[in-house]
Amino acid sequence: MAIIKVQRPKLKFGEKIYLGALIRGFFLTMRHAVRTILGKSVGAGTLKSSGTGVTMQFPEQTWDDQLPEYYRGAPALVTDEEDRERCVSCQLCEFICPPKAIKIIPGEIPTDDKWAKVEKRPKEFEIDMIRCIYCGMCEEVCPEQAIYLRKDYLITGYSREDMVHDKKKLYEIGGKRVGLVNKWNELK
Amino acid sequence: MIEFLTPFIIILIKVIFLTFLVLLPLVPVSVYFERRFSAVIQDRVGPNRVGLPLTLFGFKKDFHLFGLVQPMADGIKLLLKEDFTPSHVNKAFYWLAPALTVVPALITVCVVPFGSDITLFGHTESLVIADINLGPLFVFAVASLTVYGITLAGWSSNSKYPLVGGVRSTAQMISYEIALGLSIIPVLTYFGELNLTRIVEHQVDNGWLLLPLWNAYGSVFSAAYWEHSGEQWLFMIPALIAFIIFTVSIFAETNRMPFDLPECETELVGGYHTEYSSMKFALFFMGEYAAMVIGSALIVTLFLGGWSLGFGLDKHIAALEVAGFGIGGLIHMMVFGGKLLAFILFFILVRWTVPRFRYDQLMKLGWVVFFEAALINVFIAALIIAAPQLGALIITIGAIVLIAVTAAIIWVAKVSEDKTPALRA
Repeated sequence: MAIIKVQRPKLKFGEKIYLGALIRGFFLTMRHAVRTILGKSVGAGTLKSSGTGVTMQFPEQTWDDQLPEYYRGAPALVTDEEDRERCVSCQLCEFICPPKAIKIIPGEIPTDDKWAKVEKRPKEFEIDMIRCIYCGMCEEVCPEQAIYLRKDYLITGYSREDMVHDKKKLYEIGGKRVGLVNKWNELK
Repeated sequence: MIEFLTPFIIILIKVIFLTFLVLLPLVPVSVYFERRFSAVIQDRVGPNRVGLPLTLFGFKKDFHLFGLVQPMADGIKLLLKEDFTPSHVNKAFYWLAPALTVVPALITVCVVPFGSDITLFGHTESLVIADINLGPLFVFAVASLTVYGITLAGWSSNSKYPLVGGVRSTAQMISYEIALGLSIIPVLTYFGELNLTRIVEHQVDNGWLLLPLWNAYGSVFSAAYWEHSGEQWLFMIPALIAFIIFTVSIFAETNRMPFDLPECETELVGGYHTEYSSMKFALFFMGEYAAMVIGSALIVTLFLGGWSLGFGLDKHIAALEVAGFGIGGLIHMMVFGGKLLAFILFFILVRWTVPRFRYDQLMKLGWVVFFEAALINVFIAALIIAAPQLGALIITIGAIVLIAVTAAIIWVAKVSEDKTPALRA
């Protein structure tokens, strides 16, 4: 590697006296300040910000409507069009989950149930959101397309117990998904 | 007995009112402005959330108040943090140092005139704690003690970065105190006075030093003013030079941004207060901001008319009375507070505009530029003040000698510049 000798730039008199640059600097910073106060700073128009720079006033303003299609938020369970739990508790997601966040206790479907031929549904299904790394492997591995990463990102709680999503909570987040796998409902 | 105690009680009330209810609250206010103003300069929002948490008490809505309560939250945080004393420090000086930085800043308040007289129960009191006849000198004498706190903090921390910070602080103080003291000699000769109250009263009658828009004969709109204002406008030249040198030196004195070498984060971690935490750190912080407030107060008092509003309005304000109480002093105090806040905002603007000086640049600015400039400025001011008593010949000779000496100094400074090319790979 060649050594490059950097010469200090020769300053003109105006630059040496420093005062002009100082005053120009004051104008520059004041311009930024005034623009920000008026809500016209850089990016205020294009970035859907609150007007002060690129900052969004978070709880009041959110990015929700600008999240991309592939956004990976909280994992959740979904039901099909006839409100059947899609999950058949095969436990593949539990085994693939890298941080071991998922815990499933399988349960049998009684013979007099409408969906008796599905045989199994989860008795308990818990995802520990403190452990979850939002990798999406559970979604990828699921043969029944029962678990999905939704766009919820505000997963908060006051205790560790609050952060464990049980079955009810997971279906609440997931909701209904129509027309994916029609293996069980004979729509095909 | 009561008559004997009254003066002491009045002084006590003044100390409590002016120090703890006027100066100390200005510290969090300037911290708040520092954070919001710097945010706005950098296209950010700044702290705008901490307000009155009314929802905690069952109300529907919180009031954010533009984040004005933020400094209070900061203060509570600093009070409640663990006060950690490292085992390797020199305990006595380590504990003494924060007090030594904050106390001088609070002592200097006592000569600052906050407003004109107020009348309570037929008793007239001035809004100065100690109306002594050596105002600026007292401020310099006490304020320069702050450097002991910083140096002691650096030394007693027994750690390399604080030590470098403390040493830098000392060197910086030495190179700026001279320019600071010399720069206001023209101002003091112009007023012929060291009492800050009388300096302000002089400016009430004869126009602010940097804005002589009125004098005893009327304001700019009257012809009589223009006949008598020649000397005032001429004195603007040394006054402006003195103002620039004094302001820059105050920046260095208070360790504010272009010259905050003792605590420069990029080189010295945290500078002299690296080893400090909790309330001891907060005291350094408070001392710095209190020094900034006092510095602004001194500049406003000397150059920008102190508490006066100008244009001959001050007599009317001073005469204002509500139910027998002369409230003119309080209105003057608000005017003073407004000027003070404006100057603090200027301090903040400078901090977020001007990058930090290199150490040798700072030394050069202090010793080579400001010291000489302040010295020449003294003679310029003397010539202008003495001009009416001198003949035209003597004035011309004086001016020529002054120009020659200035040229000689600039030539010497230029010649003595280090010409050896720096060794750089």
